[in-house]
Amino acid sequence: MFAYIVRRILATIPVMAIVALFVFSLLYIAPGDPAAVIAGDQATPADVERIRASLGLDRPFVVRFGEWVFRIIQGDLGLSIFTNLPVTRMIAQRIEPTLSLMVVTLVLAITIAVPMGVVAAWKSGSLIDRMVMGFAVLGFSVPVFVVGYLLAYVFALELDWLPVQGYTPISNGLWPWFQNLILPAVALGGVYIALIARITRATMMEILQQDYIRTARAKGAGQTTILFLHALKNAAVPIVTIIGIGLAGLIGGAVVTESVFAIPGLGRLTVDAILRRDYPVIQGVILLFSFVYVLVNLLIDLSYTLFDPRIRY
Amino acid sequence: MERRSFLKATAAAAAFSATGGIAAPALAQGAAARTLRFVPQANLANFDPIWGTQYVVRNASLLVWDTLYGVDETITPRRQMVESEEVSADGLTWTFKLRPGLRFHDNTPVLAKDVVASLTRWAVRDPMGQMLRALQNELVAVDDNTFRWSLKAPYPKMLLALGKNNSPCAFIMPERIAKTDPFQQITEYVGSGPFRFVRDEWVPGAKAVFARFDGYVPREEKPSWLSGGKKVMVERVEWIVMPDPATAAAALQNGEVDWWESPIADLVPVLRRNRNIEVDIADPLGNVGSFRMNHLHAPFNDPRARRAILMALSQEDYMRSLVGDDQSLWKEMGGFFTPNTPLYTEAGGAIMKGPRNLDAAKKLLQEAGYDGRPITLVVAQDQPITKSFGDVSADLLKRLGMNVDFVATDWGTVGARRALKTPPSQGGWHIFHTWHAGADCVNPAPYTAMRANGDNAWFGWPNNPDIEAARDQWFAASDLAGEKAAVDKMNALAVDFGLYAPTGFFLSYQAWRKNITGVVKAPAPFFWGVSKT
Repeated sequence: MFAYIVRRILATIPVMAIVALFVFSLLYIAPGDPAAVIAGDQATPADVERIRASLGLDRPFVVRFGEWVFRIIQGDLGLSIFTNLPVTRMIAQRIEPTLSLMVVTLVLAITIAVPMGVVAAWKSGSLIDRMVMGFAVLGFSVPVFVVGYLLAYVFALELDWLPVQGYTPISNGLWPWFQNLILPAVALGGVYIALIARITRATMMEILQQDYIRTARAKGAGQTTILFLHALKNAAVPIVTIIGIGLAGLIGGAVVTESVFAIPGLGRLTVDAILRRDYPVIQGVILLFSFVYVLVNLLIDLSYTLFDPRIRY
Repeated sequence: MERRSFLKATAAAAAFSATGGIAAPALAQGAAARTLRFVPQANLANFDPIWGTQYVVRNASLLVWDTLYGVDETITPRRQMVESEEVSADGLTWTFKLRPGLRFHDNTPVLAKDVVASLTRWAVRDPMGQMLRALQNELVAVDDNTFRWSLKAPYPKMLLALGKNNSPCAFIMPERIAKTDPFQQITEYVGSGPFRFVRDEWVPGAKAVFARFDGYVPREEKPSWLSGGKKVMVERVEWIVMPDPATAAAALQNGEVDWWESPIADLVPVLRRNRNIEVDIADPLGNVGSFRMNHLHAPFNDPRARRAILMALSQEDYMRSLVGDDQSLWKEMGGFFTPNTPLYTEAGGAIMKGPRNLDAAKKLLQEAGYDGRPITLVVAQDQPITKSFGDVSADLLKRLGMNVDFVATDWGTVGARRALKTPPSQGGWHIFHTWHAGADCVNPAPYTAMRANGDNAWFGWPNNPDIEAARDQWFAASDLAGEKAAVDKMNALAVDFGLYAPTGFFLSYQAWRKNITGVVKAPAPFFWGVSKT
C-alpha cells in the first residue's frame, strides 16, 4: 500500500510537468497583451511597448519558460504582473473562500443526494422515484447562475434571511462564515446533487437485485439495514468515483458561483487573471487546480480499499 | 446516536452559533456607520497611478495621494498642496511654494524634493508632462518648501497640467517612492491625501480599504471636484469589488453596500423603485463612444471612405443600443470634444448629425475604391459598451454594402490586436470600438485619440500635420477665445479628415442609499464631504 502511494505521488511529477508546459505554451500563443491592459486606453503604442519590455514579455519563449520552471522548482510562483504581489500570497488570500464553498457544497450534496438516490432505488418506479429523477433533470438543466439569482432574490431580498454576497472568514465566527455560504452552496450543489443522486440510484438498483440482498431479507434484516449497511456499502465505489470526478465540475461551477455571490475565491481570481492576461497568476492557479485534482483522484483510489476489501494495492 | 446525546449536541451547536462562534463579533452599529462600503466600477488590480493609468486606479489614488493643484467643476485649476506660485514675466520660470503642515502618511513632512521626484516620474508617462519635459531647463527644489520649474519656452497650460483630473494625475509621493522607474510599479503606497491605504486588507479583485488620515489638514475653501477642503466624515472606506451588476444591485437594495459607482442602465428602474436608494448621474463629463478606423489600410486609408462612415453612422442607433430610451443619458455630437464643456464645438461637423444619407455614403465608398474586401471589425464581447457598438456597426457596414468580417473576442485581445500595423488579412484590423472618458476629451491636451502624428499617433495612426498644428495653437493660446479658435479649427479639420467616428456622448448613473449624504456629480467618486448616518 505504502509503495503504491509513493508510486502514485511520483507519477504526479510528470503529469504536473506536462500541465506546466501546456499551460505556459497556451498562454504564450494565446492572443492578448497584459501591457496593453496596464497602459490603459489612452496610452500610445510606444508606452505599451515599453511596458512590455519592463515586464520581460519581449524575451524569447525558451528563456521565459526556463526561468519559470526554475522558480517553480523552488516553490516560487512569481509575481502578479498587475498587483506586483507574490502569486502564492494571492492564492493564499483566496483559497479559504473557495475551499469553504467546496466543502460546504460537498457535504450538502452528499447529505442530500445519497439518501435521495437510495430511496429512489428502493421505491423504483414510484412517485418518489419520479420526483427524485425530476429533480435530477432540473439540477442538470438549470444553470448555476439562474439558481443563484433566484435564491438571492427570495432568501436575501424578499425574506431578508441571508446576505446577498460576500464571504466572512471562519475566524470571524462559525455562523457568520456559514451564513454567507448557504446560498452559494445550494446554488452550486444543484448539479452535484443531481449527479450523485442518479449514480446512487442506478448503482443501488443493480445491487438490490443481488443474491446476498435476498439472503439478508430472508434472514430478517430490516429495510434500513439492508439499504444502508449491505447495499450502500457495496454501491460505494462508483458513488465515490463520481464524487471525485464531480470535483472538477465543482471547480468550474465555483467560478460562476463566486462571481454571482461576490465571493473572493480562486474562481474569480482565475477569471480576472485570464481577462487581464496576468500570466503568472493563471499559471499558478491552473497548476494548483491540477495538483488538487490529481490528489483527489489518488485519495479516491485509496478509499476503494475501505469499501471493498477485495481491492488491494 | 442516542436521543439524549443528540439533543445535547444540538443545544451546544445552537449556543456556539448564538455567541458568534469562534472569534470576533460582528461590527457594532457605530463602527458600521463609520464605514462607507463602496462598489467601484472595476477591480483595483494595481495601485500605482503613474504605472497603470486605468480610471479605477486614478479614483483610488485620489484618496491616498494629493495633487499640487486640482480642477474645480468648471475645469479650472485651483491651488491644493501649493500655497502660492509665481511666474516670471517671460513665462519661462515658475516658482511654487508648498502650503505649511503637509505630511505624508508615514508622518514625514512633504518637502520640495518629494515634489520634484514625483513630477519627474509623472512627466515621463503623461502627455502634458512629456511636453513639459521637452521644454524643461531644470526642475529643482529651492528649499524644503519651494521648487522651481524653468522652461525653454512658455507653457501657459502649466497649472492645468498639475491639476488636471484625467489619468495620470500629477500625484505627489515621497521621494524614495517617486524615484521608482515610471515603467515599474511602486511597492509602497504612502501619500499625503485625506485617506491612507490599508495595505494589509487589500485583496486585489475583492477588496481595498482606506482609513481616514488624521494628519491631513484640509484647505479652508469649499470643496469642488479635486479642489478645496477635502474634509473626511467617515473613518473607513471599503471598496468591495463586485463583477456582477445584478449582485451589486441586490447588495445595495439589501443595505450590504452603501454606494455603487456604475449601475448598468437595465437595473436603474429597479433601484429607482426602492425608497431607500437615490439614483443620479455620476460623471457630468460622461463618455465619448468611438468607431476607430485604421488609416493604414484600404479602404480606410482614403479620407473619403472615413467620411462615408461619418456620413452614414447614426449616433442615435449606437446610443439607444447602449443606454436604451432614456434620452437624458445621451446626446448626438457634431464634434469630437466633450459636450457641455467650454471648448465643445460643432465647427465643420454638420455631416455627423441629422438625417443619415446612406446613398451618398455608398457613393463616397465607391469613389474611395472599396472593392468588396472583408472589413475586419474587432469587437470585445466582454465589455457591454463595445459589444453593443459592435453589433450596430456590423449592421451599418452591411447596409453600406460592405463585406463584414466580425471578429468577436475579448478586451484583452483587442488591446493587443489594435497595436498591430499589419494588414487585416495578416492579423491586423480595420475597425475597433472603444470609448473615451469625457474628462479626456475636454481639451486637446489629454485627448490622445485626437492626435494625428502618424506612427506616433494613437491606434489607427492618423497622419495630418494641419490637425497637429491646430493642437499646437491650442497649447500656445493664453485665453479662452484663443483656445476656442484653435479647437474650432481642429474639430473642422478632424471631421474633414475623418480622424475617427464618435458614436455619441453618453452619461451613466451612480446609486447610493439615502443614509449617505454628500455624494456629488463629478468625473470621479469623491469621498470627502460624504457622510453616513
